[in-house]
Amino acid sequence: MSPAPLLEVSDLTLAIRSTGREVVKQVGFSVSPGEIVGIVGESGSGKTLAARAVMGFIPPAVTRLSGSILFDGEEITTMAAKRLRAIRGAKVGMVFQEPMTSLNPSMTIGRQLEEGLALHRDLDAAGRRALILDMLRHVGLTDPEGALEAFPHQFSGGMRQRIMLASVMLLKPALLLADEPTTALDAVVQRDVMELMVDLTRENGTAVLLISHDLGMVARYCSRIVVMCQGDVVEQGPSEEILARPQHPYTRKLLAAMPLRGPVRAFDAGPAPIVAVRDLVVDYPGRQRFFAKSAPKRALHGISLDVKPGEVVAVVGGSGSGKTTLGQSIAGLVKPSGGEILFQGKPIARSEAAWWDYRLNCQMVFQDPYSSLDPRMTIGDLVAEPLRLVKGMTKAQKAGRVTEVLAEVGLADGFAQRYPHELSGGQRQRVAIARAVVRRPSFVIADEPVSALDVTVRAQVLELFAELQKKHGFSCLFISHDLGVVEQVADRVVVMNEGRIVEQGPRDTIFDAPQHDYTRKLLSAVPGLESTAEGGVRLFWRLGEPA
Amino acid sequence: MSSRTLKLPPLNALIGGTLIGTLLTVAGIGAFWTPYDPLRLSFRYKLAPPSEMFWLGTDEFGRDVLSRLMAGAATSVWISVLTVALAVVLGTLIGLFSGYMRGWTDRVIMAFNDALLAFPGILLALGLLAVVGANKYGIILALGLAYTPSVARIVRGTALSLREREFIAASRVMGNSEGYTMARHILPNCIAPLTVLATSMFGYVLLAESALSFLGLGVPPPAPTWGNMLAASRPYIGQAMWLGIFPGLCISLTLLGINLLGDAVRDKLDPRMRGTR
Repeated sequence: MSPAPLLEVSDLTLAIRSTGREVVKQVGFSVSPGEIVGIVGESGSGKTLAARAVMGFIPPAVTRLSGSILFDGEEITTMAAKRLRAIRGAKVGMVFQEPMTSLNPSMTIGRQLEEGLALHRDLDAAGRRALILDMLRHVGLTDPEGALEAFPHQFSGGMRQRIMLASVMLLKPALLLADEPTTALDAVVQRDVMELMVDLTRENGTAVLLISHDLGMVARYCSRIVVMCQGDVVEQGPSEEILARPQHPYTRKLLAAMPLRGPVRAFDAGPAPIVAVRDLVVDYPGRQRFFAKSAPKRALHGISLDVKPGEVVAVVGGSGSGKTTLGQSIAGLVKPSGGEILFQGKPIARSEAAWWDYRLNCQMVFQDPYSSLDPRMTIGDLVAEPLRLVKGMTKAQKAGRVTEVLAEVGLADGFAQRYPHELSGGQRQRVAIARAVVRRPSFVIADEPVSALDVTVRAQVLELFAELQKKHGFSCLFISHDLGVVEQVADRVVVMNEGRIVEQGPRDTIFDAPQHDYTRKLLSAVPGLESTAEGGVRLFWRLGEPA
Repeated sequence: MSSRTLKLPPLNALIGGTLIGTLLTVAGIGAFWTPYDPLRLSFRYKLAPPSEMFWLGTDEFGRDVLSRLMAGAATSVWISVLTVALAVVLGTLIGLFSGYMRGWTDRVIMAFNDALLAFPGILLALGLLAVVGANKYGIILALGLAYTPSVARIVRGTALSLREREFIAASRVMGNSEGYTMARHILPNCIAPLTVLATSMFGYVLLAESALSFLGLGVPPPAPTWGNMLAASRPYIGQAMWLGIFPGLCISLTLLGINLLGDAVRDKLDPRMRGTR
């Protein structure tokens, strides 16, 4: 390690002002010039607060109790506001998680990029423009001149994150703080943006402090990792060391929570599919203007797939691939404009009886546990609601079923009287699962059921899901962008791109011998993991190290 | 927090409740008994300042201000409560229906609604009053209809945003009917913005009623309301300021009480606020 670290945080303690609860406890870490250091932790670990303190950005509700932050030999915590402003931007840059909100929607890209330059560099307008164009070209924008006059909403999330990077790197800061820079992006784009960030910072000798919940991603790009848990740094060291030989129980837990491929389950090839989709077409109506309608947008171009009894079929694809639309139209939330859905061999659109049979037997688990539960209902009421439409169950039987299901999802004691806001994200998702299985459906659609959850919670929820699936034998359509999760739960995988199925087959075939280019691209975007003997994991790129 | 250990209700409920409790008591008493006859003229005591005999003074006809305030309280409160209730019920029905149905239904209803919103409420009420006639129930109907569009707007907006939440999709996947989904999932979640709106509307209605009285379209004199008392005090503001101050104070304190109580009720009704204080 180089003798003089660029950033040295020691003994940093932050507490909530009103309650005195310590949210960051005696945290210390350092970053050398040009080094990439990752801070990993789950929500509430204090990783974001610790990193923001480096910039002097602590929310007003939080106060610093002790500790020092040395940046380039200067103490940040006691620095005058004016000097601090000069350092921000010029020497320390920051990239935020949400590309949709971190750029000002009412300013052109050119003006926004110019702001920092005008403030921190002594350059004339032409010089600034040349520098900006050069940088935009560098981050991969095809038409930099056009981009100068464009507004943020004209770019996709990945492009915006590139622009964000460009605006920060324009000033060639000595340190870049990246707070979950790619969490909101899909896998393929995530990889591109990460690679770009690493290249750009390496060229300029910029050190990076990367904050993330994604251990795999951090391990791939960082030379050292700091693991935080509930305000404490529990372990820090070189990436390979931490992955291969984790010392602290929490690090082991984090690593154990990474999804791993399960054994292949045997299936009776014979039985007819429980749900069959034939040539499903979905169009979204065009935008209504005055007296005219723009052309409808086709979201699904003739999808056909079968789900056998007891089978878990995963649908994977990037954002905009139509996987969510597929789930919603199979669930009956979006009306298809062509094709049909058969439940136990009967088309559901043809007769009222078949539709109701399907409606009572098909349930859905949604992505966002914060919006899928009515905030004004108790957990007991929420789980009991689907039973309202079940004929021939007495009140006592229904109450018994609710208690039974709540026990199954691990929310037995006293949860029935509580409200959703009193529960954590993982607990809420358990409630959503309980609500989906309370009618004992034969088919469950799960739309990104774990993507809003922390790593360790995600592992628990997936385990619960697998357990329930085994116990009740329902079939499942599991929609996800996360290949790791899919590898763990799926029996069969369907890969979608731009509203079409590009490839489908048994899980191992798809993961080990993908045929289609898009599948290969998806697989090469995320690292795979293997367990090692010492309780650690080994990271590898699927399909070999990419060029 | 001290309120947890002492089991006291929150401060806003306490103050709001006291104010509204007092108001209702006074209005109740005023309906049957007042210190003097609120309508009896007495030119001997005209424009008398507050004294032991007339606690709040007398007006230009020598009528006791306290008696008139007490008698007017019942009328004013009754008119406001019924008006707000009418506007909230009508507006909620229209807003829910419009927001949940979306598409052409929503567009037609909202175009009509916005056209009505473009008129100041008081102007709309004036027009309606000209049709239904100036009396207590005419005022309630006119003001109630005049305030319906703003309620419909708010409820529709809330319903539109709730409609996109996943729990509404969950309800549909369950097989619940649209009516049930609206009543069980959308309506209860509209209550927070509705209470806030209703409480602030209560104030506007009190003021609108006084404005209408001022224009001679309110409750016809000599029957007292706070509004027409306030209106009648205007020429005498220089010589007898108690004439304006006391009805004005009554209106302000009532508004304060309603707002505080409205906040408390909203917190109480919202499960998310429970257990936080």
